[in-house]
Amino acid sequence: MHWGYVIVGWGIVFAGTAAYAAAIVQRGRRLSERVPEDRRRFLD
Amino acid sequence: MNRTTGSRLTRVLGISALVALGLTVLFGLVLSPPERDQRDAVRLMYVHLPTIAVAYIGFAITLGASVMYLYKGTLFWDLVAGAAAEIAVLFTAFLLVTGALWGKPTWGVYWQWDPRLTSTTVMFVMYLGYLALRRLELPPEVRSRRAAILGIVSFVNVIIVHFSVQWWRSLHQGRTLGVDTKLDGLMLFSLFIGTVAFLLVGAWLLIHRFRVAWLEDQLSRLSFERALAERRGEVGAGLAGEAG
Repeated sequence: MHWGYVIVGWGIVFAGTAAYAAAIVQRGRRLSERVPEDRRRFLD
Repeated sequence: MNRTTGSRLTRVLGISALVALGLTVLFGLVLSPPERDQRDAVRLMYVHLPTIAVAYIGFAITLGASVMYLYKGTLFWDLVAGAAAEIAVLFTAFLLVTGALWGKPTWGVYWQWDPRLTSTTVMFVMYLGYLALRRLELPPEVRSRRAAILGIVSFVNVIIVHFSVQWWRSLHQGRTLGVDTKLDGLMLFSLFIGTVAFLLVGAWLLIHRFRVAWLEDQLSRLSFERALAERRGEVGAGLAGEAG
């Protein structure tokens, strides 16, 4: 009972988080290529 | 040579988060029992409550970093405030969606203009405004100062959301966890592991988002420095031409 709501809710949270994480990593990779190595990190 | 925003710290955090998320799925969807009244809808709580934990902590980081920005005036605190707010807004959106999905089978409606739900929506919209302010075309220092002030003022919403169930008569239940909590062991553990998992995810996202913001700032500074160097070159060439 109520499994439909559960699956949709968990699906939105997990898929949304994964999509956001993937978008950030991709953006980071794209930007890293355009910034000289010595200016890429605030802290390592 | 590092061409990503990853590091040893984020790799450890990321792997820990994935393991914890796997355990959340296992305990939240498989091992924990249905609740007597809510039946399987209770499983939505194992993601609903962790999302508010991430959102609250994210907004608290924005508050602290905004105060530090006004005190120190350094780019670091400005970027931390913005990164934390973005993640907290995302998790507030998840909170509203999972809350609505839980409301339908338990309350009979997806939405009620109840104090908790209304104040959470106001908080969500206000922090969306904060993120919009950070994208305005303004001198960087002016934009950062205004964002810091809004980052501090907006936190009043978080306090209102948290205490709304005590201050006003609300359809929303009161505090879920406390010293007198009576929850089945597996349910409590599912809630605990879900919270740990999403806090690890939040920390991982915060570090990556901060590094992206740092790269964006460095890129805009590089563009400015190049334009300045070109202009100086043109002026230098002009002066040399006049002297010759």
